[in-house]
Formats: sequence, structure tokens, C-alpha cells
Amino acid sequence: MGAPAGPVSAGQAGAPARSRRRSHFSVLTRSDRITLAAMVAVPTFLIVFFILLPTLLSIILSLSSWNGIGGLDQIHWVGLTNYYNLVVNYQSFWPAVAHNVIWLIFFLCIATPLGMFLAVLLDKEIRGTRFYQSALFLPVVLSLAIVGFIWQLIYAPDDGILNQVLHTTSTDKGFIDWLGNPSLNLWAVLVAASWRQVGYVMVLYLAGLKAVDPSLREAAAIDGASERQTFFQVVFPVMRPINIVILVITIIESLRAFDLAFIINKGINGLELLSILVTNNIIGESPEIGFGSAIAVVLLLVAVGPIILYLSRALQEEEQ
Amino acid sequence: MVGIASMRLKPVLTLLATTAIVLSACSSAATAAPSQAAATAAPSQAAASAAAGGGSITFGSNESDKVPKAAVAALVDYCSKQTGINTTINTTDHNTFQNQISSYLQGKPEDIAKWFAGHRLRFFADAGLLTPISDVWDKISANYSDAFKTASTGNDGKQYLVPLYNYPWVVLYRPSLFKEKGYTVPKTIDEFITLAKKMQADGLVPLAFGDKDGWPAMGTFDILNMRMNGYKFHIDLLNGKEKWTDPRVKAVFQKWAELLPYFQQGALGRTWQQAAQTMYSKKAGMYFLGTFANQQAPTPADLADTDYFIFPTLGTQYDSENAIDAPIDGLMLTKAPSNLDAAKKFLECAASGPAQAAYVKIDGSIAAAKDADTSFYTPLQSKAQQIIAASGSIAQFLDRDARSDFAGPQGMQNFLAQFLNNPKQDLGKLLSNIQAYYDTLPPEK
Repeated sequence: MGAPAGPVSAGQAGAPARSRRRSHFSVLTRSDRITLAAMVAVPTFLIVFFILLPTLLSIILSLSSWNGIGGLDQIHWVGLTNYYNLVVNYQSFWPAVAHNVIWLIFFLCIATPLGMFLAVLLDKEIRGTRFYQSALFLPVVLSLAIVGFIWQLIYAPDDGILNQVLHTTSTDKGFIDWLGNPSLNLWAVLVAASWRQVGYVMVLYLAGLKAVDPSLREAAAIDGASERQTFFQVVFPVMRPINIVILVITIIESLRAFDLAFIINKGINGLELLSILVTNNIIGESPEIGFGSAIAVVLLLVAVGPIILYLSRALQEEEQ
Repeated sequence: MVGIASMRLKPVLTLLATTAIVLSACSSAATAAPSQAAATAAPSQAAASAAAGGGSITFGSNESDKVPKAAVAALVDYCSKQTGINTTINTTDHNTFQNQISSYLQGKPEDIAKWFAGHRLRFFADAGLLTPISDVWDKISANYSDAFKTASTGNDGKQYLVPLYNYPWVVLYRPSLFKEKGYTVPKTIDEFITLAKKMQADGLVPLAFGDKDGWPAMGTFDILNMRMNGYKFHIDLLNGKEKWTDPRVKAVFQKWAELLPYFQQGALGRTWQQAAQTMYSKKAGMYFLGTFANQQAPTPADLADTDYFIFPTLGTQYDSENAIDAPIDGLMLTKAPSNLDAAKKFLECAASGPAQAAYVKIDGSIAAAKDADTSFYTPLQSKAQQIIAASGSIAQFLDRDARSDFAGPQGMQNFLAQFLNNPKQDLGKLLSNIQAYYDTLPPEK
């Protein structure tokens, strides 16, 4: 088809005969319609096949017992047994839930605010700001596998730098087992995870701060607002979209927490996390796909909760 | 209700399972492996020069580390030359291979794959994913002891594995340290405890210990259980025929708790390699592990200054049985090999002494075949061989003798970590938790 010169002129360029036949589409040329169809169809396809369908199948499989060997006739349908075992018999489940919640709270209350605080500081154009930015952002560039490796070297019981400096190796009196003590290792891992999260939040927030219209600050300054007041009453509210992005990222990072704990000890002995329980049950020599799916469904429900909360609030505000 | 349609749906379900993982894990769970896992397919050089007409087969290897990889290559080279079969090796990262074994065997695996004896073999034999090789065994059985044949036999009485080599679990020590301090090798547990106390007085950790990877502690459980309750009880326990709530199991954990003060503390945060380093740096006097621990020796001189002794006796009726863990590795034939005759011919060759000698010459383990040349064995290999020969019953190791989900991170790895965290806890409760976990596992077939 002869392509119209541009999208704006496309509507007028449509042949009159054709526009009469499909009068309600008169403003759209054929190529527009193809574009539109593709724009609807491709995301729909992606969502249906890569999100909705796997989710649905996960839910279905969570009612089954199957070790992944043989055809579908090998699947035994066991109803809610997996969920019952999960909640009642499975020792790792409640610790995993608790650890995910601790992870979320730690990120929300410590790592994320720290990252925001650093962003505000760096936004002041203090001397060497670029150096600090790069230094703080460096961990974000590293994969979590490498972050885990680095921190394991730091926390190692005998030759780790931390225990060497503190004189708390296993032959010393006040031995601190950073990675092996189940009431301590989660916090050790959270420090490592925050090392990365802080830089991540900082960069996002810094970008947001740079985008704030400087005239707002000037106006606030002219009105006699202090630094504090300017930030909390002018800048922070203006940054609302960024704040929401950061909140969502914090929640997602906490729920998908996986790498560090898995690298350290495959998520046992104090480092249980829901995502690791899914993996440990589904991957392996004789996987329990039904049971693993049941944990995945629980994780899904946990993740859907904040999303629904957020969406309902956002919609309410739009109505107002 | 499901027939052909189910076969079509299966990839979708597998996809879903994978997606579930990806959704939840989302990032570099698997990225640790791919760099090494990048499967390397390289036709064996010797095979290229081998006489044509032998056919060609493929060989799946899980030996991605340098030393065992070279050993596999040596074995394949030898057998390719002998049989004229052109063999292509495909190496996968060791842990990746294990994690993906069930989908690997269901997909398009190589004709021959390297694997482990014990329950881990029988499980896949039961699932119909392996080709029985009883006809190969008719020809090679004279070259193996009965223990090897038993370990290669599935629940249906057919053989599924050609054993290549094994290695014992032993107490490693540095003879130079023992000489310097005037220690002697302990034969009984009382001598062992006396020695351990002496070492502590000398400022040494008696027994190096690292269990961060979850499995090393299983070796200690195995040896104590076999010494206190015998090989048969041990195997029955691991196969669900005996209960974990049995008082005999509790006695094992009580004994272990008594001995724990002599183990290096903080084991759960230490890898087995780091523990080996404490022995090699002479901060620890002894180390109980598979003989492969000697691969951590920093220099050849350190390796030469390493020796083994068998775990001390506990003064029970099972002392004379002298059971140990000595895991067997071997080759199995997958479900639908492309060239069955050539593959079987290759397996016959792999069962021969010279083929296995080529392997163990490089990796330092002990050849399984009777006619293997042992004249080149290092003193350590000879010692390991004596230890295996002296033991009445040979177990494969907890994670090979028990079903893999039970032995895995959610099962025994977790329970043993709980025990090590608090050895003085209510053992009855721990053991009933173990039994409860075993009971929730779905039937294997």
C-alpha cells in the first residue's frame, strides 16, 4: 500500500470509497489498523502466554503431586494436600514468610530511606559528588551473585576480614559465626543486600531530584522555608511519582529476594525465603512440582496484595 | 483421561514450572553456573585417528572441574582407540548436571552419561529412563566384586551402571604434625577422644569441620550410624524401612553431641574447602571427609604430607563389620541410545582395568575393576585402596543412599543444620520432625 506521508495526514488521505464502506473506521488507514492490532495483540499475547497462563497452570499444578517424570498421566491430583502440608508440616514455610517480611521491613525502614538520604546529600553538589555517586552506585552494577561472593569473603568464619579485624574467629573466645548462626545470618545478608539496594535507590532518587523544577525551591526559599521544610513540604510531594516507583521497587526486591541467601547456603539454617523454597522444591533430581507450585501460589498472593492496595488507592484518587 | 494430548501439553507444563521459578527468583539464580556450564562439545582427539567402522556415540559428562575432566578425557581416549568408536564428550557443570538430570534424561541425552550408584541410580532405572545393561554385565562381572554389582543393580534385578572408581571417607591428617607432637593414630573412640583432648591442650582444633554446603555433616552421621547400628539398619533407615524416631537413631545423635566439642565450631558458616585449609595450615589436627579433600593441599609437598586412617571403632558389635562410605561413580546407558551396540561395546571397555587406570591415574581415586593396574598408585591411593578392601560393607553416602528430595536442602541438610546449631536440643522432637518430613514426601513411583 502506498504509505501516507505521516500519521497526522493519514486520516485525510484515506480513499473516499473505502471510508464509506467502513464508516466508523473512517479516520484510520489500513496501516493504522495493522499497527493498532499489533500494538494490542503483541502485549496481549505476551501477557497471556508468559504471565496469565503460567500463573493459571501454577495454580492448577499446586493441586497435584508430580515429580516431573513421565507424561501428564503421572500426575496425581491431591486437592489441597500440598497447602495443608505447607502450612502444617513444612518446617521451612513459616520461617520463610517471616524472613520475607523482615526483609521487606528492613528495606522499607533502613535501606530505602538511607538511599534517599544519600541522594538528597549528593544533590547538594558537595565537593566530590561524582566520586561518591560512582562509589555508592558501584554495587548496583555487580550481579547479586558477585555481591554474595564478596560478602562471603568478608563474613568467612576464620579468614574473613570482619572476624580477623574483630578478633572473633572460631579459635577466639567471642567467636561470631556470621553465616552459620541462624539468628545472625539473616541480618548479615540484609547488610549485604542493602549495600546494593542503597545505591539503587540513591540513583533513582537523585535522578528524580534533578528533575524537580528549581523555581519551586527558590519560591520556597523566598517564602522563608527552611531546608527541612522545603524538602518535606515542597520537594517530597512533587516527587510523588518517583516515590511510588521506589516503593514498588522496594517491595519487589524484598519479595524476590533470593540470590544472596541461595549462594550462601541454599536457603537453609536461618536463611529460608519463599522464592528459595520454590526453587529447592522444583529444581533437583526428583522435583516436587506440585508442592513447589503451591509455594509459588502463596508468593503470588503475597505479591498481589500490595499491588491491589496500590491500584485501588490510585483509582480512588483519580475518581476524586 | 490423558493420552497423546498430554504429551503435547507437557512441554507447556515444564515451561510453566520454569516460569514459576523465573518469576520468583527472577535473576541470577542460575547465572552462577552458565559460565562454566556452557556445554563444551569437543570430539575426542584420539577418536579422530581411530579406525573407522566402530560407529560413533556421545558421552555426557558432569565432570567440569579441571582434574576429573582430564580424567574423563583420558578414559574416553583409551576406549575410543580400543574400540574404534568415535566418541564425542559433552561436559556440563557438575551441579547443573545434577539439578537437571531428570529433564536431561527425559529429553535427548547423550548415549552414555556419568552418574552415581545407589538410590540415585535405582530411582531413574525405576522411572524407565535408563537402558538395562545386564548383557554387558554378563561379560564384565568377573572383573568386579559383588559389592559393585549390588550397587549397580536396580530394583528390578537388572544392572544399570558400569562402576569406574570409588573413594572412601576417611580421617585425613598430617603425619609431620603427628610426628612433631608425638601423636599416634587412634584405633578406638577412647583413643580418639584422648588424642582430641591432647590436641586441644596443644591449641589445635582436633577435627576440622565445615558444613556450609549442607552435605559434609551427612558423612559423620553415616559413619556413626553404621558403627553403632550396623550397615543394614543404616540402609533400611535411609530407605524408609526403619523409622527416624527409633531410639537407635537417637543414640547416634547423642553420641555425636558428645563428640561435637572436638569438632571445629562454626561449621555451618564454613565450606569443606575452608575446613580442609585449617587442616593443611596445621590449625586442625584431623579432618573427616572423602579422600578428595586432599585436592585442597596447597603444594605437592603438602599432599605428600597427608595420610588417612579409618574412623575409630566405637566398641559395638558392628566394629568387625567395619562399614564405611565409599561412593561409586560410573557410567549409565540412557533410555534411547543412538547406537546401542557401540555404546555397549564402549561400556565393556570402560569396565576394563586399563581404561579405569587411565582415569584414576589422573584424579587419584581407586579403580573399581579387579584387573586394574595399581602399580602406579601413589601411597595415598594405596592407603585408600587398603581401607576399602578392609571394610566389610560399603555404603554410598547419605545423599546417594536415600531419595534425593529427602537428602536435599529442605530435608536432611536442613535437619542436620538444626542439630548442629543446638546439639543439646530435644532430640526426640527433631527426630519426629525428620520422620514427619519423610512421611509427607509423595511415593516415588
